[in-house]
Amino acid sequence: MSLSASIEVRLDGLHLDVRLGVSTGETLVVLGPNGAGKTTLLRSLAGLLPLRGRVVLDGETLEDSAAGVRVPTERRPIGFVFQDYLLFPRMSVEDNVAFGLRARGAGRETSRREARAWLERVGLGDKAAARPSALSGGQAQRVALARALAISPRLLLLDEPLAALDAGARGEVRRELRRHLSSFPGTRLLVTHDPVEAVALGDRLVVIEHGRVVQEGAPEELGRRPRSPYVATLVGLNLARGRADGDVVELASGAVLTAAARAKGDVLVALPPRAIALYRSRPEGSPRNVWRARVEALDVGRESVRVHLGDPLPVVAEVTAAALADLEVRAGDELWASVKASEVELYPA
Amino acid sequence: MLAAGGLAATFLALPLLGLLVRAPWGALGSHLASAEVRSALGLSLVCSLTATLVCLVLGVPLAWVLARAEFPGRGLLRGVATLPLVLPPVVGGVALLLALGRLGLVGRWLESLFGVRLFGTPAGVVIAEAFVALPLLVLTVEGALRAFDRRYEDAAATLGASRWYAFRRVTLPALAPSLVAGGVLAWARALGEFGATITFAGNLPGRTQTVPIAVYVELQKGIEDAIVLSLVLVAVSLAVLVGLRDRWFPAP
Repeated sequence: MSLSASIEVRLDGLHLDVRLGVSTGETLVVLGPNGAGKTTLLRSLAGLLPLRGRVVLDGETLEDSAAGVRVPTERRPIGFVFQDYLLFPRMSVEDNVAFGLRARGAGRETSRREARAWLERVGLGDKAAARPSALSGGQAQRVALARALAISPRLLLLDEPLAALDAGARGEVRRELRRHLSSFPGTRLLVTHDPVEAVALGDRLVVIEHGRVVQEGAPEELGRRPRSPYVATLVGLNLARGRADGDVVELASGAVLTAAARAKGDVLVALPPRAIALYRSRPEGSPRNVWRARVEALDVGRESVRVHLGDPLPVVAEVTAAALADLEVRAGDELWASVKASEVELYPA
Repeated sequence: MLAAGGLAATFLALPLLGLLVRAPWGALGSHLASAEVRSALGLSLVCSLTATLVCLVLGVPLAWVLARAEFPGRGLLRGVATLPLVLPPVVGGVALLLALGRLGLVGRWLESLFGVRLFGTPAGVVIAEAFVALPLLVLTVEGALRAFDRRYEDAAATLGASRWYAFRRVTLPALAPSLVAGGVLAWARALGEFGATITFAGNLPGRTQTVPIAVYVELQKGIEDAIVLSLVLVAVSLAVLVGLRDRWFPAP
């Protein structure tokens, strides 16, 4: 592990308490809703907030509250890309990028040359003399990245690097950012509330809610087996808790499902909305999970419709608009729903 | 409403008109060239600019303390820093006299230990002017410091800047417009200062007789020199107002 941190911060009603490990060359994405403590986490790693715990980077202790060790922000080998970039508005783009080198005592000419080289690398060599206010959002983000990388940090922290951009520019800037991240040799930690960004940029994800880690793993793992309602919503799955005995699960809501896998004890069950089929009359044939459900609400999308079902199994089913038209369904109607046992993802809670 | 507004405008404009009508326009040059007028103008310029410099050097750290430091009694400190703004200047002069005058609290040590005398010297004028002008600079700069997004200093720190380096290269440039505005306001206040100056520094031509004091003295003798000096002060005040109009009177 190249970064290993255990951090506890209390700030304005938030109680952040997390342990993180990131390897050199890895991008860890911390994903969480607004107010989960993502920015607080980055600021405390950078030494901008006092914390209880330990932060060790490449074997060097940056902070150890028990031992009274605290390396001040300006001496940490850290590059920080802020959410709204915070380019110094009264300096040229080049002076912004050269700032860190100058602050660390490099000469004017050396810093200038380095800054130019970094601007070339992010494709903004022609903007050296411009003021930050003359840049587009995507360009400002690249300057912020160049400014953070110019001091050759060993840990790069990025706070919602795409949030300040409009949707049109995001895809392009994200691909660009991914390229720059993979060419940066150190440790990378990025926080975001956007699952698309998290999956596109992260080698590994950590999900935090209310200051705690709720799930950790590869993007595919989170996409298949969410461990909290928040993660389930992000990846678009129905999630329920229950007790399994063999391949039968009794859910907290009272419904009983049959899965293809077997387990014993407390489990989580994930159901893909597209795997839930809806019928006017009781379906014949193979499905083992069939129940009568009341339609609570309908979300009509462009190609598909999300049908919110009520008790005994409150889930969302997703059907095509054509299928919905055949069903002639309205909120308040009673329908038959079914899901194949092989679509019921069963895993320990 | 319209009539009352017009009346108020007339009330404000009429004295100015009086000055303009009675001004000895033809002999303006010779009046300005007279020894008393020139010495008063020179003294006022030097003292008010020095007082402005004193305000900047002392005022910026005080503004920083008021805006950033957390300590008990900060409200009291702000009150003390604002007091000269509302105090009758002559009272300020008396207070300065009791503190820094020959027999004052600190003044007696100044004279016996360092041989420094303030009464009757341009240094005394500078102190009186700085005393009344300082709050204008402090309040202007404190407001700007509070409005400044401190995360820029965080960004500077993550790039390796010490607090002083970040203040010098990031914070201070962002404060520049307020430093100029506060400095100009303080300078205009110092230039027009009368009560505290005459009380604390006296009225010695060439030493402490600044333009406002000269206006008052000339008025006893003949009115024309007084009018000419007044016109100079009016012109300076107008220039300040016009120069700062975007800051204080934004266009609707």
